[in-house]
Amino acid sequence: MAITDILNAVVSLKKEDVVENVIAEINKGTQVDDILNKGLIEAMDVVGARFSSGEVFVPEMLMAAKAMQAGLEVLKPYLSSDTAAQKGTVIIGTVKGDLHDIGKNLVAMMVEGAGFNIIDLGVDVDTDKFVTEAQIHNADVVCLSALLTTTMPAMARTVEAIKEAGLKVKTIIGGAPVTDAYARQIGADGFSDNAPGAVALIRKLVAVAA
Amino acid sequence: MFTIIGERINTTLGNIKKAVENKDIEYIREDVKKQTQCGATYIDVNAGARIGHEEEDMKWLLEIVQGATDLPLCLDSPDPQILETAYALVNKTPMINSISLEKDRFDSMIPFLKGKNCKIIALCMDDSGMPKTSEDIINRAKTIVGELENIGMKRDDIFVDPLIQPMSVDNNNGTMVMDAVKAIMQDLGGVHTTGGLSNISYGLPKRKIINRSFLLMMMANGFDSAIMDPLDKDIMAALKTGEMLAGHDNYCMNFLTSVRAGEIEA
Repeated sequence: MAITDILNAVVSLKKEDVVENVIAEINKGTQVDDILNKGLIEAMDVVGARFSSGEVFVPEMLMAAKAMQAGLEVLKPYLSSDTAAQKGTVIIGTVKGDLHDIGKNLVAMMVEGAGFNIIDLGVDVDTDKFVTEAQIHNADVVCLSALLTTTMPAMARTVEAIKEAGLKVKTIIGGAPVTDAYARQIGADGFSDNAPGAVALIRKLVAVAA
Repeated sequence: MFTIIGERINTTLGNIKKAVENKDIEYIREDVKKQTQCGATYIDVNAGARIGHEEEDMKWLLEIVQGATDLPLCLDSPDPQILETAYALVNKTPMINSISLEKDRFDSMIPFLKGKNCKIIALCMDDSGMPKTSEDIINRAKTIVGELENIGMKRDDIFVDPLIQPMSVDNNNGTMVMDAVKAIMQDLGGVHTTGGLSNISYGLPKRKIINRSFLLMMMANGFDSAIMDPLDKDIMAALKTGEMLAGHDNYCMNFLTSVRAGEIEA
């Protein structure tokens, strides 16, 4: 029994094995932070990398996240309450007028799998709501999603509103029609066209800010 | 007859965006000619990707596209002002892509559609988001078809889009639309059903076999139009075979003609 068993169980999508191995490690007295970081989170990084390289696909990413979350549930009572907040708080939503949430949900899931405190505001989110929620939760990063070319301007308005409010929070954008050039044009801090890429970007932005 | 809406002239696709930026007339012409030769019924034209340039890009594209094909066009924009401009420029009765039950979109599209001679794609989308069950889809279809009939549109001009969602995120996404299409074609006799076929395969490998298998399963439930790539030879072969198997091809003549033309291989 070792932490790598947890990692392997997540990577091989075996939820029951993840739970079993997490319990075993806790009983052995392994540091819970190690179980979280070197077991569960690192496993999601492996899955994310394999997704990016085209070895695994969306349903497998979903299954891995479910397996990871099952392990996290077992671990939660042992973790100090601010473990996720320590890594950073990330707010996500689709912008005003856009009701397409598949991409947003995949990113939210992977960000959670990376150990961040994720606050999902859902779809069709008002500009003001992004601003106030970022303020309330002292967020590190706000992720804006849009699938439609027609709702992309709402991203620009939201990024602008966040800046006007004087928040230090970083903004990143994503979605089928969104490009790196558009992110620069509207003054967002970054862009990703896939979920693991969004995780890497958030880590970078949070590390720079820290 | 199955209505094929050729999806390739869309500025959200990198190659088309580039061609529009570079005013590459020949590239657009060639693509449209190929879609026409391969059996498209409508050519979809979407100029929405270059924000702030939609009207200019739409006008430019319409001139080139109509110079390259005699097919009617499917005008793809949520903006009634752009659609008014485009409508005035088309030579044949166009299809409009699209209206939905989202309040802002619905309220702005209805005045545009009133009195126009056109076909319309009606999305089963409302302000509560994507449909989650086949009942959601069916109820929204009934509402939007009723509203369109109220302004004088004929059912034969209405193409209901049930909104195809990826299999990769929910096991029920295939049956949900298939059940809905079956009910819509029965309960709203005379309307058509269409949709972006390739959404079904998002997040999975070997997308083409998923798309064409799903097309056949949808056709078995009455699906009679798709927004798709007519240059994909395999899906076109599957489509023609499906039409034949559904009994829409007398004496299998279209099938046989396509086989002799080398369009269907097995």
